[in-house]
Amino acid sequence: MLDDMDRRLLRHWQADAGLSPAELADLTGLTAGKVSRRITRMQEAGIVQGVAAVVDWAALGYTVEVSLRITLDKTQGNAFDRFLEEARQLPEVIELQTFLGRVDVRLSVIARDMAHYQQIYREGILTLPHIADIEALMHVARIKSEEALPL
Amino acid sequence: MITLDEVDHRLIRSLARDATQSAGALGRHLGLSQPATWRRIKRLEEAGILRGKRLRLNREALGFGVTVFLGVKLATKGRVSLEDFERAVSAIPEVQTVEHVLGLYDYRLRVVARDLADFERVLRRRIMTLPGAGAVEANVLLSEERLTGPLGL
Repeated sequence: MLDDMDRRLLRHWQADAGLSPAELADLTGLTAGKVSRRITRMQEAGIVQGVAAVVDWAALGYTVEVSLRITLDKTQGNAFDRFLEEARQLPEVIELQTFLGRVDVRLSVIARDMAHYQQIYREGILTLPHIADIEALMHVARIKSEEALPL
Repeated sequence: MITLDEVDHRLIRSLARDATQSAGALGRHLGLSQPATWRRIKRLEEAGILRGKRLRLNREALGFGVTVFLGVKLATKGRVSLEDFERAVSAIPEVQTVEHVLGLYDYRLRVVARDLADFERVLRRRIMTLPGAGAVEANVLLSEERLTGPLGL
């Protein structure tokens, strides 16, 4: 289990995932060796899964982002599996989530512009199997995006 | 916008998986020298393509068993400014992400909670009391995949 120092360490680390063990040591008052040992222990326990670079798709020219909320035709036995299997193959789908609620699946789709989006929507999305209904939310701005946990 | 080649794409994909790799280790993998790799990473950072790093934590192992996506519609547009709503909602620790969207809802929130009872507390005490919050739709997250996206096409 985690103690207060582990939580403190994670709070600093998730606020700036680029911090080195030495910098984390300065912030927590531990030695760099102790910080590294705690990190290793939390990695081995599966609590810390890694550090990932955040890719800004807009800076790569993908200025359109649309959230597609999809309801599936659940009368088809394997609707979820078959839908997800094929949605995964579309390169412009960057996120795929399944839900319990009014919406079954949500896809994050990126495109270079509206014409490109239209093309992906017609040729890629609408040909996916077992779709009963689609609602689109067009992304305007990201107000908060750190995805930090309230530790 | 800067032009990228196949090596840049591989570099971005690799760092999106594990951003702790050194320029030397990445270079060996890509067939580049350590300084050449470092220069490419700097260039991608300066272009805003690599926008920092994110610590990936196991939510369940840390006791956050429930993630809910909320669609929020503002009730009184014009009376309460978007800025007031955005400031208040961003200050809630359980709210991980806030996106301004166009469509059925005005905002899309990602909320974490210890369990459904804890989520109900956050919803009632924090979300429903936000300035201007109107209709709210909740969907409980069951599974999530992040894909590498259209790199290398």
